[in-house]
Formats: sequence, C-alpha cells, structure tokens
Amino acid sequence: MVTVLIDTLIDITLLAFLAITAIAIIRMHNLFVIIMLFGIFSLHSAGLFVVMDAADVAFTEAAVGAGISTVLMLGTLALTKNHEEKNPSHRARLPLLVVLITGGALIYGTYDIPSFGDPMSPAQQHVKPRYIERSMEETGVANTVTAVLASYRGYDTLGEVIVIFTAGIGVMLLIGERLMRSKKKREDDG
Amino acid sequence: MKHNLILRVIAKYLFPVIALFAFYVQFHGDYGPGGGFQAGVILSVAFILYTLVFGLDTAEQVLPHHVLRILASTGVLIYAGTGVATMLMGGNFLDYDLLAPNPVEGQHIGIMLIEIGIGIAVSAVMLIIFFAFAGRERS
Repeated sequence: MVTVLIDTLIDITLLAFLAITAIAIIRMHNLFVIIMLFGIFSLHSAGLFVVMDAADVAFTEAAVGAGISTVLMLGTLALTKNHEEKNPSHRARLPLLVVLITGGALIYGTYDIPSFGDPMSPAQQHVKPRYIERSMEETGVANTVTAVLASYRGYDTLGEVIVIFTAGIGVMLLIGERLMRSKKKREDDG
Repeated sequence: MKHNLILRVIAKYLFPVIALFAFYVQFHGDYGPGGGFQAGVILSVAFILYTLVFGLDTAEQVLPHHVLRILASTGVLIYAGTGVATMLMGGNFLDYDLLAPNPVEGQHIGIMLIEIGIGIAVSAVMLIIFFAFAGRERS
C-alpha cells in the first residue's frame, strides 16, 4: 500500500516537472535556455521510464535525449543567433482551435486504451508471452529486451543502424565541408 | 579552454572512466539494461568531452575523419555481414542458430556480434555529426 502511494507521488512529481518544463520552453525566447530545458525535459522522461520499469528505454533517453542531442543542439546554436526571431504580432486563433480539438479527441481516445500494465490488453497477448517464457531458453540472453532487439527483431534493428548511418552520411554531405578541407590542407602541406 | 588546468586534468581522468563504462554497457547488455546503441553513444561522449577541452584539432589527430568514416561503415558491415554469413551457412538472414553447433550458443555469438557492430557504427556516426557541426565557423 505504501509503495503504491510512493509510486503515485513520484509519478505526479515527475509529470508536474515535465509539464512545468514544457511550459517554460514555450515561454522562453533565449535559445540557449531552451536547449538546456530540453535536456532537463529528457531527463525527467528518463525518470518516468524508470518508474515504469523500462530501464533500457530510460537509459537510451538519458544518453541520447539528454546527452548527445543537447550537445548537438548547442553545436547548432553556436552557428546561429542566440535569440528567437520576434513573435508575429497577430493572434493565432485558428491554430489554437485546431490544437484544442485535436487534444480533446486524443484525451477522449485515452478512455478506450487498456490501463497501464493490464495483462489482458492486446499488446500483452500477441507475441509477448512467448518472449517472456522462452527467450531465455531460445537465445540464452537474460535481458529479454536485448533478446527481442537483437534476435527476434534483428531486421528492425539492422534498419535502425542503417538509419543512423544514413543520418551520418547526410550530415557529412550537407555541412561536413571541413572534413574535405582538412584533408585537402594536409595534402597541400605534404 | 586550452589554459584551464583543472578542466584539462579532470577531463583526462574522466575519459577512461566514461570509455570503460561504455564497454561495460556494451558487453553487459545481455544481462542488464544497455546494449550497442547506448554504449556507442556513451563512448562518443567520452571523445566529445575530449574535443571540448582539448580542441577540435587535437581530437582530429586522435581520430581522423577517414578513420571515423571507415568505422561507421565497418559497424554496419559487421551487422549485415553476420546476416550474410548465416545465409552462406544455409540458413535465413540473421538466423544466428547456425553460428555454433549449439543453437543457444549460436544465438549468443550472433547477438554479441551485431551488438558490437551497432556500438561501432553508432559511436562513429555520432562523432562524425559532432565534428561536422563543431568544425563549421559562424557564418
């Protein structure tokens, strides 16, 4: 009973911090502060994932979301201006209406989804029992997440690695001129 | 930051710790949270810290761009190559069972191989992206 209460308290605290950070991001105009708040937002999400027992996802969110993304966004900021352009003077009534209706529809939709961790929900009934019951004897890997990621869903993970590889090639082609230049300089020197 | 002695000393001590943690996450992914993706990101963070403190030119001497490009492709090739190897052994693409006489052992080897491929590819690509951004001057 006490642990449930503590869990609820942690959930409420983390979600409140998440909402506060999101509102602060909307209201800020200094891009440096916004990037730092994005990092804090990611860290809170990672905390929420830990509370939901998704340690692998939390790990990725903390390393990629709070770590690398923040560094890359700071690197981008170093190339541009520190402040947002001035806000447009007109009021955005139509977008507000669209956002309110879409948000309302989404909240209405949540009444239909199964409650968190419901063992009878369709997502838990499909292939998950097989993964939980047999991944250890079939792959010999204790961490079910790794077994699913690397063995049962190996194709998907290969696709993900190729996506990351493509992102690297794209960045190299678009803004990696220094890579070519430093090579040329070395050739000129030598 | 070339003259900041405290930062330089701390960064020098932190670099091996971060790198060691990355390898722990890489090879302990079978038993605890973690795996190639996280390990690759953490390893690249070690080099990013090095770059921030010692400057881009020093970092480029440690890890030249052509090495990074080869590493990124090697990672993807290890992953896809494992799949092709299992096909050549008469199975399906990425069917690790055939990599060893015992299917469970084969699965273990296969998962280890592709996780190493992921780790190499992710860390190299993250560093390529970071160097590309850090190497540009403000226009």
